[in-house]
Amino acid sequence: MLKYLLQRLATIVPTLAFVSILIFGLQQLLPGDPALALAGEERDEEVIRYLRQKFHLDEPLPLRYWYWLSGVLHGDLGDSVRIQRPVTDLILEKLPVTLQLAAMAIVIALVIGITAGVIAAVKKDTAWDYAANVFALWGLSTPNFWLGILLILLFAVQLGWLPASGYVSPFEDLKGSLAAMIMPAFVLGNAFAAVLMRHTRSAMLQVLSSDYVRTARAKGLDERVVVLKHALRNALIPVITLGALGLGELLGGAVLTEQVFTIPGFGKLIVDAVFNRDYSVVQGVVLFTATVYITLNLLADLAYFLVNPRMRH
Amino acid sequence: MAAVLFQEAQRKQGSKTLKRLVRRRGAVFGLAVVAFFVLVALLAPWIAPYDPVATSWSTVREAPSASHLFGADELGRDVLSRIVWGTRASLLAGVVSVSISLALGIPIGMAAGYLGRWIDALISRITDAMLACPFLILAIALAAFLGPSLTNAMIAIGISATPVFIRLTRAQVLAAKSEDYVEAARALGNPHLRIALRHILPNIVAPLVVQATLAIAAAVIAEASLSFLGLGQQPPAPSWGSMLNTARSYVDQAPWMAIWPGLSIFLLVLSFNLLGDGLRDALDPRHRA
Repeated sequence: MLKYLLQRLATIVPTLAFVSILIFGLQQLLPGDPALALAGEERDEEVIRYLRQKFHLDEPLPLRYWYWLSGVLHGDLGDSVRIQRPVTDLILEKLPVTLQLAAMAIVIALVIGITAGVIAAVKKDTAWDYAANVFALWGLSTPNFWLGILLILLFAVQLGWLPASGYVSPFEDLKGSLAAMIMPAFVLGNAFAAVLMRHTRSAMLQVLSSDYVRTARAKGLDERVVVLKHALRNALIPVITLGALGLGELLGGAVLTEQVFTIPGFGKLIVDAVFNRDYSVVQGVVLFTATVYITLNLLADLAYFLVNPRMRH
Repeated sequence: MAAVLFQEAQRKQGSKTLKRLVRRRGAVFGLAVVAFFVLVALLAPWIAPYDPVATSWSTVREAPSASHLFGADELGRDVLSRIVWGTRASLLAGVVSVSISLALGIPIGMAAGYLGRWIDALISRITDAMLACPFLILAIALAAFLGPSLTNAMIAIGISATPVFIRLTRAQVLAAKSEDYVEAARALGNPHLRIALRHILPNIVAPLVVQATLAIAAAVIAEASLSFLGLGQQPPAPSWGSMLNTARSYVDQAPWMAIWPGLSIFLLVLSFNLLGDGLRDALDPRHRA
């Protein structure tokens, strides 16, 4: 166990190193001189020289990478040039909003995806299975920002049941918060539910034809016990890994969802940063999501390892 | 003689695959819709009823009618004409970005799988690093640093989708490398490049075609997403994604501005997904239901 853990941890270091090079390298794609851009309209020589010095713009690339990296390792992702605040603070400030959105989306995706997957597998080749597959295809092909607009049109504009946009903190008004987040969470979780459904279905089909399920049935166990206890538990093992990987993609999807519903989260932060040429914020957000993704991946592997006794040998 | 027999067998295999593909209604539907959109894109100048960028104050947000079938937008431009012209941006983005991914991913993946050792280790780590950044966030960051335009969006999407192809190619090459026919080719003294290109590549094309078709679907959504955020096709040039972006502000007054572009993205993406699924079932006997 320990050996596996160490091996797994060892692969993370080079991956993170390459991620950091990749993200630092993004900066070099920029056309023009960042100091000029930052100096504003007047382009005062003095200001430009100061900015060059402050951001080490006149030093060689490897050295600049080193300055940047040692900052990052100390939790310093640089300052937002627009708001004049540390990027780390901005990320930590917006993170809870996106986490709430992502958590709700995952719950919705798990409930819909796993339920539909189990039903489709148990009732293979029936109308249920067909409907579940159509749902999956629909989920995978619908751009989530369009789905968002359609839901706003129906539930906010036509029916007036839910607010069209905005964010309410759950600590201030739980009911209002849930009402504001239910549409975005559904929009975000929809595609993930489709992926989960497909994987649950195929894992269940495999497990349902296995010997131990046949044995359980032969013992005369109730079919519901066989499906939910014997089959689903085992079928869910690969779904764990997928769930963790899906969370990374959810962070990507959150960018669009937050834009549609004007939610002041992580995604809004990166989009605003892009348009204000606030590049350290863009870099910080990408680095942060990559680290989250790698960590989740590691946790998923460990969970897989713990849940599946066969892996331990 | 052997070569002739082999070609004959390949041809038969090909027609069998085609038959299997045709038998799947979903795939045929997908192919038909894709073909329809390709035609629309090619014939845009002749079938679009109006100039897609011509504004008209008398038709601002006009509801769908006989003269404007899909209605008009906030500047009085004909929505149908913009959809027709927008097909070009979407299809182009799908095909060009996946071509970029293939052009980068196949050679790099083959190098990793075939050469192995430190080259493989290095390529695999870089691939891991790229895969650690969520696809859309990586594409947004790249597009942001490259500057907003359709071309840059296609480059950003193409690069972001490359690691998937590197991984797939590498895995396929690793599997093919130990096959008897590759051993035989090597025993005959063929140079490495020839083995890789003439013996391995043709045998790993099938899964790559399937992945490429599904990747086009993802690329179409990605382009629409970038354009929706303002990082893709720039106004006033029409793109389905940017049409949805403006439609968002008028959803209570002019819902038709949102419905048609979204429906077009959905249909095109659905068709590529159906086609990809169908191809996978037709090419890979293990997936046949």
